Amino acid sequence: MTPKTLFEKVWENHLVQPQTDDLPAVLYIDLHLVHEVTSPQAFTELRQRGLKVRRPDRTLATMDHSTPTTPRGLDGLIPVTDSQAAAQLDVMRKNCADFGIPLFDLGTTNQGIVHVIGPEQGLTQPGMTIVCGDSHTSTHGAFGALAFGIGTSEVGHVLASQTLLQNKPKTMAVTVNGRLENGVTAKDIILAIIAKIGVGGGTGYVFEYRGEAIRALSMEGRMTICNMSIEGGARAGMIAPDETTFEYIKGRPRAPQGEDWDRAVAYWRTLPSDEGAVYDHEIVLNANELVPMITYGTNPGMGMPITATVPDPERAEDASSRMALEKALRYMDLQPNQPLLGKPVNVVFIGSCTNSRIGDLREAAKMLRGRHVAEGVRVMVVPGSQNVKRQAEAEGLDKVFRDAGAEWREAGCSMCIAMNGDQLQPGEYAVSTSNRNFEGRQGKGGRTFLVSPLTAAATAIRGVVTDPREFMREMEYA
Amino acid sequence: MEPIKTFSGKVVSLPINDIDTDQIIPARYLKVTDKAGLGAACFSDWRYEADGSPKADFPLNKPEHQGASILIGGHNFGCGSSREHAPWALVGAGFKAVISTYFADIFRNNALKNGLLPVVVDQETHRQLISLAEEDPTTTVTVDLASQTVILPDGRAVSFPIDGFSKHCLLNGVDQLGFLLGLGDKTAEYEADHPARVNTL
Repeated sequence: MTPKTLFEKVWENHLVQPQTDDLPAVLYIDLHLVHEVTSPQAFTELRQRGLKVRRPDRTLATMDHSTPTTPRGLDGLIPVTDSQAAAQLDVMRKNCADFGIPLFDLGTTNQGIVHVIGPEQGLTQPGMTIVCGDSHTSTHGAFGALAFGIGTSEVGHVLASQTLLQNKPKTMAVTVNGRLENGVTAKDIILAIIAKIGVGGGTGYVFEYRGEAIRALSMEGRMTICNMSIEGGARAGMIAPDETTFEYIKGRPRAPQGEDWDRAVAYWRTLPSDEGAVYDHEIVLNANELVPMITYGTNPGMGMPITATVPDPERAEDASSRMALEKALRYMDLQPNQPLLGKPVNVVFIGSCTNSRIGDLREAAKMLRGRHVAEGVRVMVVPGSQNVKRQAEAEGLDKVFRDAGAEWREAGCSMCIAMNGDQLQPGEYAVSTSNRNFEGRQGKGGRTFLVSPLTAAATAIRGVVTDPREFMREMEYA
Repeated sequence: MEPIKTFSGKVVSLPINDIDTDQIIPARYLKVTDKAGLGAACFSDWRYEADGSPKADFPLNKPEHQGASILIGGHNFGCGSSREHAPWALVGAGFKAVISTYFADIFRNNALKNGLLPVVVDQETHRQLISLAEEDPTTTVTVDLASQTVILPDGRAVSFPIDGFSKHCLLNGVDQLGFLLGLGDKTAEYEADHPARVNTL
């Protein structure tokens, strides 16, 4: 038999109808995650056509994007003061009630960022197809699922038919050899990959991350990497399931139990790419050479080692890259050849579907424990879900953050998307663990440096962009 | 959806690489539950001053570019967020096609579902179109879907790629959801052969 990649195995196992010269493949979708921002128009379409949701049992809704993360009121509820957001949330409630879809409503036990709750519940499993009207759906690929973002029309297609029309993407092996130095994290790996290939470098591909450095990562680190596949242009990124994967899933509320578990694991073990499987393209990185990364520009491809200096447009490869870099530096108000270490920031944001899981918060808390954030810097810590929040509080992390002078908030997308009240003011600089540094992404006129949770915590303490390895040495941090 | 065959329109250029969907429509406009009315917010942060007045030097605001229906964008147009609000906003702002050298995947898919044609041309044609749009704002080009060509003012026809199914759907106004629902029996067969491993209820 021809050796197959992980992607090919999952793809072929979900074909309702294979691709032909005239027609894209019809792909069956195992799990459809839904949130309030990209679904209302799809439900409207279903209503207008008198359609039902084909498989509400394979659909799950949450609220995350337009939800405030401000503390609960005396009634225990999270107040929604933005009337437009409140109306959108009400529409989500009505749609879920009318169509029989389970909903993790604002502030309830399991609510959280859509890409945090799937894995947390054990719904995200190897070999599945998972979609959501959200480009960071690629996160779930960390489990060896084929997971990708779709538009609202396609949300309607999946709601009504549980299938999607898809042209088969190409495959790219992203091999990361070697081992990470202390203070260098999964976030730095993915920022380095995107800096290498650019924001369009993966368009048309599904990435498969592999190699020693990927194998050594926790599931949370793997999710951070797969999450940002789309920032390199790839709709999906996948990592072959292994013992780390099974260990993470086992015992979660929606994970298979008993004999079902054994059957599931036996199947999952068949998924990794076969020896000799062929990829359309491969890139290779050496983890030993990586240092903490930071972005300087207005897309995630504009990233560099934190110890480097801002690139000079004069040295750009061609006219259009020079223009793009000049435009970015103008927006960021940075000079060519300037170092970013020591650059004062106004806000530090620790959160988002990239870096808001318990492991991320533990890392940040280790560094902030017994220290205080710099005067005049606003530090926001936003857990990815209510479960993450409770876990962090059980471990006393909330107290570490509060004692350090950081804000401990309710779960949601928060300042990653700035449509929920959490946003930068024009001209402000943020160091952020989120995934996008586009112009205005964190608030109109706001300027974003993307970094790891460790770099964010180190920067919070100093108030200026700081290499976390300074603290690592100081703390003999293991 | 209305069938699309051929159309002519004035061009306006925004020759910036990697225009992300956050620029096409910033997230704060995504609290709507409708598709309509997003045209005014298209490129909002590039188009308006802090006080809401239009920026005079932004191409889409210039009097000579009013009524343009074909946007020439830079390489990797539409990267970033999957928001279909981006094509809704562009369509709302009067655009029927975007011409670039490269489109991000999700944007291209979303555009095709909303009758907004993503037209990929070679770099030379792209440069020529940008110059034409800047030199003569009355420049009009024709996009002919059936022959998959862009017809330039000098009469030159440049072909562009589009997958057969999307072309068929656009030319005939085919409803893709209707097509998928028509496969309901095959989907049921698939489901019978592949029992669910999760249940969200």
